[in-house]
Amino acid sequence: MVELKINNQTVQAEEGKTILEVARENNIDIPTLCHYPDLHIHSECRVCVVEDNWGNLVTACSTTVRDGMEVKTNAPRVLESRRVVTELMLANHDTNCTMCEKNLQCELQRLASNLGIQENRFGSVWEKKEIDDHNPSVVRNPNRCVKCGRCIEVCKEVQGINVIDYMNRSHETSVEPTYGRYLSFEDCTFCGQCSSVCPVAAITEKDETDKVWEVLHDEKKHVIVQVAPAVRVSLGEEMGQEPGSIVTEQMVAALKKLGFDRVFDTDFTADLTIIEEGHELIERVKEGNALPMMTSCCPGWISYVEQNYPDLIDNLSTCKSPQQMFGALAKTYYAEKEGINPEDLFVVSMMPCTAKKFEAAREEMSVIGDDPDVDVVLTTRELGRMIRQMGIEFDRLDKTPFDNPFGITTGAAAIFGATGGVMEAALRTVSEVVNEKPLEKLDFETVRGMNGIKEAEIELGGNKVKVAVAHTLSQARKVAEDVRKGKSEYAFIEVMACPGGCIGGGGQPYGTTNATREERIRSTYQVDSEMEFRKSHENPAIDQLYKEYLEKPLGHRSHKLLHTHYIKRN
Amino acid sequence: MSVLQNILKQNPKSEDYLIETLLSLQDAKDEPCISEEEIADIAEYYGISPTRVSSVASFYTLLSLRPRGKHVVQVCRDVPCYLNGSENILEAVKEALGCDIGETTADGLFTLEETSCLGNCDGSPSVRIGKKTYENLDSQKVKEIISGYREAK
Repeated sequence: MVELKINNQTVQAEEGKTILEVARENNIDIPTLCHYPDLHIHSECRVCVVEDNWGNLVTACSTTVRDGMEVKTNAPRVLESRRVVTELMLANHDTNCTMCEKNLQCELQRLASNLGIQENRFGSVWEKKEIDDHNPSVVRNPNRCVKCGRCIEVCKEVQGINVIDYMNRSHETSVEPTYGRYLSFEDCTFCGQCSSVCPVAAITEKDETDKVWEVLHDEKKHVIVQVAPAVRVSLGEEMGQEPGSIVTEQMVAALKKLGFDRVFDTDFTADLTIIEEGHELIERVKEGNALPMMTSCCPGWISYVEQNYPDLIDNLSTCKSPQQMFGALAKTYYAEKEGINPEDLFVVSMMPCTAKKFEAAREEMSVIGDDPDVDVVLTTRELGRMIRQMGIEFDRLDKTPFDNPFGITTGAAAIFGATGGVMEAALRTVSEVVNEKPLEKLDFETVRGMNGIKEAEIELGGNKVKVAVAHTLSQARKVAEDVRKGKSEYAFIEVMACPGGCIGGGGQPYGTTNATREERIRSTYQVDSEMEFRKSHENPAIDQLYKEYLEKPLGHRSHKLLHTHYIKRN
Repeated sequence: MSVLQNILKQNPKSEDYLIETLLSLQDAKDEPCISEEEIADIAEYYGISPTRVSSVASFYTLLSLRPRGKHVVQVCRDVPCYLNGSENILEAVKEALGCDIGETTADGLFTLEETSCLGNCDGSPSVRIGKKTYENLDSQKVKEIISGYREAK
């Protein structure tokens, strides 16, 4: 332990901790901009400078505490230095804040406001640069960039892709892909992790809320919405509640208030995915064909395989993701059942994910004519925006259940949102179908949690079968390399591109950290444990769907509607 | 085997040798710049993204991603040179070359660039042409030096 003074207050601190950590432990806040929990410390922005008793201005984020240190976090020199660096950033920034997606959610705006910046003594040298909105998922706006480097770090270290990086130097520095190309020309998977850590609006999801407002007021259109499992444990946070708040029924109520004709649950098609994918796995294991089988729910992962591991495309499950299974069934089964012309049916998804926008726009995802099965995908953040635009008081909403026929779901589907969830749901079903006896214990704890790669072993028809779960693309790469080299010992591998799985997706509320991910994961398993049915094959509505329409898993109709193929890219 | 492949083979296969590789490659070429294709090949060899390679290449003033003239004239713009009149040197060079910063002369012989410190502050103001550094310059001297290059071709 060391003893130091912060603003004349004597504090004890663990050796090796930074001034910033110790100050925050003691309820003294120091403003930061480039610093982000879970990422390396770069000290790029110099906003967190403090004065020590040796007369130095040091960055609190990277300077460790020392015995006898006396730190001033608010000395006039400190405040002046912070103002200078902030004004310099603003001098090369599009400061039209009211016209910005991040207005009132922007860290630079908050910083400038807290520092009391009323005018900029440096004026402005900002020149308008081209905005890259040439893909369905994210928009890169260099006019808002403060070069903090968070997006670079996430893309390089967490995802292992490094599509964007610093270019040039000094005041000419920019953050962009090689040769300033569009993201759509690069190996970008549109996971959107960059957008979720950006302190400003330099990378954001492509906002499509206006399209949805328009159809909601088109009387000819029957507008239905599906909500992904991960949104019910994060929307509360977007609306100002504690991380991990479970808001399933308030969310349904809010969607009804927004004007959707029916509010359905993607969990239903998650159960369906397990039935189809489970049977696909059983068939592949029986025939020893294209093993290990790899999950296909995550569009970021699919793009990653198509771009970097085209030789492993056959290992991917042919099952569409739950979002796309929903879209295909909505435009066929649901339209027929309700007597609606599919052309008048508009399908919206609420997803924790920016890559889902890209997935919905894929050519293959169209079962009726050229119309997309899912017309518009909104992220959790966009849903929050719509709720705020409508002026709905989220905390005061009555609890409302999902509509049928896509409203009866199981705990197995609920856990799709967390890393390891698809695997656990599949194991619950596959083991009972193959072994023809109920599982003694439903919880497969070894595949849960934030470890990068997790393993489990189950007994299937007398054979021991090994499975693995990976999340983040840098971890997925390790697993994929083994498969490529023929060294993989697994039969089944689940991959989610984002840290923690969909609950940590690129479309989730700003400020998502591993700590908030843990909270959402805990809530996800709570949702599961409180469900009446906890295994996908016990979902009575799924049973009925097969009887009424699909006939049998992997049957003719399933193949047409619920399965897909992949394309080698680049 | 291409020039690039030869250079890559000279060092261990590690990203740590990226700058070395880029410098050797640029030296080995008639036109002192790194091309988009070379960026892609280097990235593939080291197993890193092309963005990473161009990030490194674009940071250092010794390296260029844009085609440049045969002789690259770099005028130091750091403080000691500035205090000793680098502004005048820059103007003289512009006049002698007939082009602005970042431009190449019509005959393809010279490209004019600014550079940060050349580590030659005791001889400021300094200018580097190709690999040679010239020091204690004034407007007249620098014009003569450029004439020398032009005559030698």
